Amino acid sequence: MNITKEVNWTQKLSENDVEEVKRLNEIKYDFTTNVKPAFQTQKGLSREVIEDMSRDKKEPEWMKNIRLKALEIFLSKPVPTWGPDLSELNFDELTYYIRPEDRKANNWEEVPKEIKDTFDKLGVPEMEKKYLAGSVAQLQSEGVYSRLKKQWEDKGVIFMDMDSALKLHPDIVREHFGRVVPPSDNKFAALNTAVWSGGSFLYIPRGVQLDLPVQAYFRMNGALEGQFERTLIIAEPGASVHYIEGCTAPTYSQYSLHAAIVEVYVKNSAKVRYTSVQNWSDNIINGPTKRSWVEENGRMEWVQGSLGSKITMTYPSSILRGEYASTSNLNVALGIGPVWKDNGAKVVHAAPNTSSKVVAKSISGKGGMSVYRGQLRINQGAYNSKASVQCDALILDDISKSNTYPHNEILEESASFSHEASVGKISEEQVDYLMSRGIREEDARSLIVLGFLDDVLKEIPLEYSIEFNKLVKLEMNKYGAVG
Amino acid sequence: MVPNVLSIKNLNVSVNDKVILKDVSITVKSGEIHALMGPNGTGKSTLAHTIIGTARYKINNGQLYLNDQNLLDLQVYERARAGLFVAFQEPVSVQGLRFINYLRTAYTSLHPDEKLEYKKFVEEVKELLAFFGLDSTFTDRGLNDGLSGGEKKRMEALQMLILRPKFIILDEIDSGLDIDALRVVSKAIGKAKENGAGIIIITHYQRILDYIKPDFVHVLINGRIAESGSGDLAKTIEERGYEYYKGGELDAKVE
Repeated sequence: MNITKEVNWTQKLSENDVEEVKRLNEIKYDFTTNVKPAFQTQKGLSREVIEDMSRDKKEPEWMKNIRLKALEIFLSKPVPTWGPDLSELNFDELTYYIRPEDRKANNWEEVPKEIKDTFDKLGVPEMEKKYLAGSVAQLQSEGVYSRLKKQWEDKGVIFMDMDSALKLHPDIVREHFGRVVPPSDNKFAALNTAVWSGGSFLYIPRGVQLDLPVQAYFRMNGALEGQFERTLIIAEPGASVHYIEGCTAPTYSQYSLHAAIVEVYVKNSAKVRYTSVQNWSDNIINGPTKRSWVEENGRMEWVQGSLGSKITMTYPSSILRGEYASTSNLNVALGIGPVWKDNGAKVVHAAPNTSSKVVAKSISGKGGMSVYRGQLRINQGAYNSKASVQCDALILDDISKSNTYPHNEILEESASFSHEASVGKISEEQVDYLMSRGIREEDARSLIVLGFLDDVLKEIPLEYSIEFNKLVKLEMNKYGAVG
Repeated sequence: MVPNVLSIKNLNVSVNDKVILKDVSITVKSGEIHALMGPNGTGKSTLAHTIIGTARYKINNGQLYLNDQNLLDLQVYERARAGLFVAFQEPVSVQGLRFINYLRTAYTSLHPDEKLEYKKFVEEVKELLAFFGLDSTFTDRGLNDGLSGGEKKRMEALQMLILRPKFIILDEIDSGLDIDALRVVSKAIGKAKENGAGIIIITHYQRILDYIKPDFVHVLINGRIAESGSGDLAKTIEERGYEYYKGGELDAKVE
């Protein structure tokens, strides 16, 4: 019916918009913690830097050797050029290890005031009180706080920062470290293995099912700093857990690099849900490697909300190694402003009767780029396996982009596979309809966008999805009304 | 109580340089039911869209007032807030936008001074769903998502009741409804009238008028009101057909 209507709500990217994005971050995240680091390595990356940090951590020789070997692999690999432009990244000007504190606390009262204030502002202790079984908080390179409720400790659950785990449970760490994601996997994985620090370690004994989630919160603090946390999750047979990861940082004009590794072991009939909500500031380059091994009848669920960062490259993977193993990968990404969101999923069906489901939703606006990059393989012999991939992109204006690069290899004849993709804009008929019921244009657009994301948003914990809602509303308000 | 008045005066509207509505005038007061009848393609839907402002057609001439408020100065959402409601002929669907969330947003937009009790609101909506013979889980479904034509029409009628507008324009609400649905929708229109709304029923057929007796009937032929009269006019039209009005300057395709 919009015969004479001009769709003129596209705008050129202006300084105002960039200011708006900043303003949004300032509301909650854009503040710096004033701490003098207890220790930090010199700028740049060398054997000496790694030996310094390994010494500071007082870690075993075998770990130092893993690091030094990974450094060689890192140096031998080129910076990936198949995705976003990473030319800004200069590995010599980053600081790889910044330890903010001398001790780690198990009680918020023991956390130094400045750092506690930081996590108070982010709402972390509050979330812990309200709905978590345990919580780890990391500032810069190290965990500053970790706690698991006693009832779970008593059942043998272990949840702590990774450095402590290396000290207290070296055998479990050594057995599992670097097997799911070897340093040779990609350049960022090699880098992480060389300079990893912090992250969380979660071990659930056989048959233990946590009915409340545990959460790790990662906070970066400066410019030209690197955060390379290492997370290891082991769910023994029949265990189940929901792990939540939150990430924020203050805004700087210079970039910082975040490159984590997450390794998840889902053993027979175990279930792990990994929810990640990153709201990095728009100077962060984010390239984590996340992967799970899923054994017989096990289930791995990846839920990802990608709100912030300047560049993100994340492709959570599941290797379905046992019969009847299954995985789902739900991903929602906002690519609004001068950002590049390169998100996706990787699934390998390596056993019969395995199943996987990938749903990716993206929104591009204000010159943003959203990419879905997926890899799906069904090996020969993975009889009767089932896989589906659905990726939907919503593009808000004429200066923004979305691309889809699905890479599917179906090598098993009895397997079934479906792939659906859509790219669209907000329909003006929908906006008109909502307006005819008294809803302002900006609100109408927010409702439509949130509806588009609903499949995935409803899987994100309430505290974070509320944030998502607010952010989408704010972004849509910036588009203003057609008038 | 002073009745509200919706006044359409000498409205002249064109689409792509073609004049679609010519000199249309209708005045509706609170509690009145007007039927706007006419063959297909004669400008009935154009009138509905022009009144609510969703069509953005070119208005060459004429006035549109709700009491002393000039609607032509207002944006679509402001006209809704002034008290207008259109039940659309082809309601759009919005995937993932849960009906109850949408409806709550609409309600609080239209009645900002009321404190909405959410639980009560949901109960009320569920009762109305039952009244219309619709499944109570429709509250959590995406707006009109996957609904049949008839279900969508009943959902429009439901909104008409819950949002309590001053003036209601029903654009072919009767198309796609079976006899039971038609009966219940007619009942709902009766309720809206009792609540004091002024109503324009746009229809091609006389069928719905067997269930609701209009106070006034207008016949729109080729964009012009060819005849206005009391409720009985509908019967006359049924007897002699729209063919009766053919001729003169009428060049529209008349069924």
